[in-house]
Amino acid sequence: MITVTAARKHYGSFLALDDVDIDIPSGSLTALLGPSGSGKSTLLRAIAGLEGLDGGTVTIDGRDVTAEPPQRRGIGFVFQHYAAFKHMTVRDNVAFGLTIRKRPKAEIAKKVDDLLEIVGLDGFQHRYPAQLSGGQRQRMALARALAVDPQVLLLDEPFGALDAKVRTDLRQWLRRLHDEVHVTTVLVTHDQEEALDVADRIAVLNHGRIEQVGDPVTLYERPANDFVMGFLGSVASLGGQLVRPHDIVLERDHAAALALDAKVADSPGVITATVERVVPLGFEVRVDLRADSGERFAAQITRRDAAELGLREGETIHARATSRSTVVDHDPALAI
Amino acid sequence: MTSNAIDSRGAEQSASPLSRPGSGGRDEPRPDGAGDGGRSGGSTTPATKPNRARVGAVRPLGIGVVTLWLSVIVLLPLAALTAAAFSEGWAGFWEAITAPAAIAALWVTVLVSAIVAVINAVTGTLIAWVLVRDDFRGKRFVNAIIDLPFALPTIVASIVLLSLYGPNSPIDVQLNATRWGLIVALLFVTLPFVVRSVQPVLIEADREVEEAAASLGASSWTTFRRVVLPTLAPAILSGTGLAFARAIGEYGSVVLIGGNIPRETQVASQYIQQQIEIDRPVNAAAVSVALLAIAFATLLLLRVVASRTQRREERDA
Repeated sequence: MITVTAARKHYGSFLALDDVDIDIPSGSLTALLGPSGSGKSTLLRAIAGLEGLDGGTVTIDGRDVTAEPPQRRGIGFVFQHYAAFKHMTVRDNVAFGLTIRKRPKAEIAKKVDDLLEIVGLDGFQHRYPAQLSGGQRQRMALARALAVDPQVLLLDEPFGALDAKVRTDLRQWLRRLHDEVHVTTVLVTHDQEEALDVADRIAVLNHGRIEQVGDPVTLYERPANDFVMGFLGSVASLGGQLVRPHDIVLERDHAAALALDAKVADSPGVITATVERVVPLGFEVRVDLRADSGERFAAQITRRDAAELGLREGETIHARATSRSTVVDHDPALAI
Repeated sequence: MTSNAIDSRGAEQSASPLSRPGSGGRDEPRPDGAGDGGRSGGSTTPATKPNRARVGAVRPLGIGVVTLWLSVIVLLPLAALTAAAFSEGWAGFWEAITAPAAIAALWVTVLVSAIVAVINAVTGTLIAWVLVRDDFRGKRFVNAIIDLPFALPTIVASIVLLSLYGPNSPIDVQLNATRWGLIVALLFVTLPFVVRSVQPVLIEADREVEEAAASLGASSWTTFRRVVLPTLAPAILSGTGLAFARAIGEYGSVVLIGGNIPRETQVASQYIQQQIEIDRPVNAAAVSVALLAIAFATLLLLRVVASRTQRREERDA
């Protein structure tokens, strides 16, 4: 369990952390999600002790580590750009934390072999980091961090420097690794898809504050505000309210639309709009619409619904939100 | 780049278990080019294959000019010197070089230069570290005066040191005509070499690597010794070698404070000067050839070490 209380951090006049409180349960894989400058990396580095706080405390497993240097926090840290020791072989990189602790040679050798096996780098012991691909280097860095049996594993945009294919592979691999190793893990990312894919808990940060913490489903379906809603998936503005585009239903019959809408609590009402464009996206169809008020929004409907409606550009259609829809009152101040 | 590298990558691909994500030897561009600064050994640059089809390639005329220039300015005088050294045959050369005074002068030179080089390796690295990592008032000024001892006419350096450490020393430290005097004088003129070769490497060094070491439990000293120092080593070595090469040939800065006492503080350059004055050109040339050989061996050693570290860190091609 990691507990951060009232964490504050300034960089000059820039407020990176603004009284942040967060609990990270033991064994969880928590993602700190937010745009750049939201303070997510600062928070992670503050937990690691790589960044000092102006105020507040950090507790790891009940031990107040606020004044401790990173060496004594029992952490493993993985950096975006690998931070490999270039002059050491893969084996020496992974063994580093054990070597400096002067553990017996046999113990080190066994542990390193086990870890290299886990991260899929057995057979690469004698390579230098320069001879590895980016994905391999990052897995080496992960093995290096795990070698010291950290109480918490901290990952700062670990897949940010990798290309899209490797990134998806690696994060699923990380998910499986976490299921095996069970170490409390905190991952910083600006990619909502990555957070939803990997984490069992997500904390959304913005302007140095935590907007919402919860499991991925809660955050997606019941966002606390329109920043969280907008950051975790696409949104459409329907009658001044934010709605997921796939929760918009299009009807030809205005009366039927009104009748169905009446059953939905807090609905934004039925919006009459003109079809501007119909874009097939494979499984789904995106319909770009312009409301009579002039507001533009997009609905995402299935291919079958699109075929039944037989939409053409320039036609008039009635849009409403479904009953299970996520609706957030739109606050223009938080507009994104 | 080379067929060798392609082969090894192919082998990697077949060796890696396909079930594991991303382990297929995927060749990705290294995004952290900045982190590679560690390999530049100051004086060495990666050799590129000549490719005449490329724009900006060197034409035969260019090569001719370079060869001619090097011949006239460097090789011809060196050849003349060597010829002079052997003008009385091998025996004459051997006699000149094994004269007790000659051996003593060469020994003093090498000993003092080696001490100076080692002190430089430590203090130069420290100065570079402070200049890169610390912020303090007047840092730009300090950075600027590093080069001053190098730029100053060496005889001026000698007078400066003599006025401080000479017979009328205002601080009552007299190094006049001692080996310590030589060492101080040589430290003065060789100050910038290590500083200027380590500084750029340190600026380019990846700070995250040090943070990684700290997160793994390494103390500052362990991090420096096991992570930072190996990165800086080629640059330190290069700067140290240049300082050594400069020190063995130094004349101006030691001529006053050294005292020119044979077997004590007479360095090789002063011995050469002395032999010319008493009309023994063969002796002078022979000792000069010895100095030349030492300087050349130093530079050769540096190149070998630099290219070895470079090969190790660039084997990905």
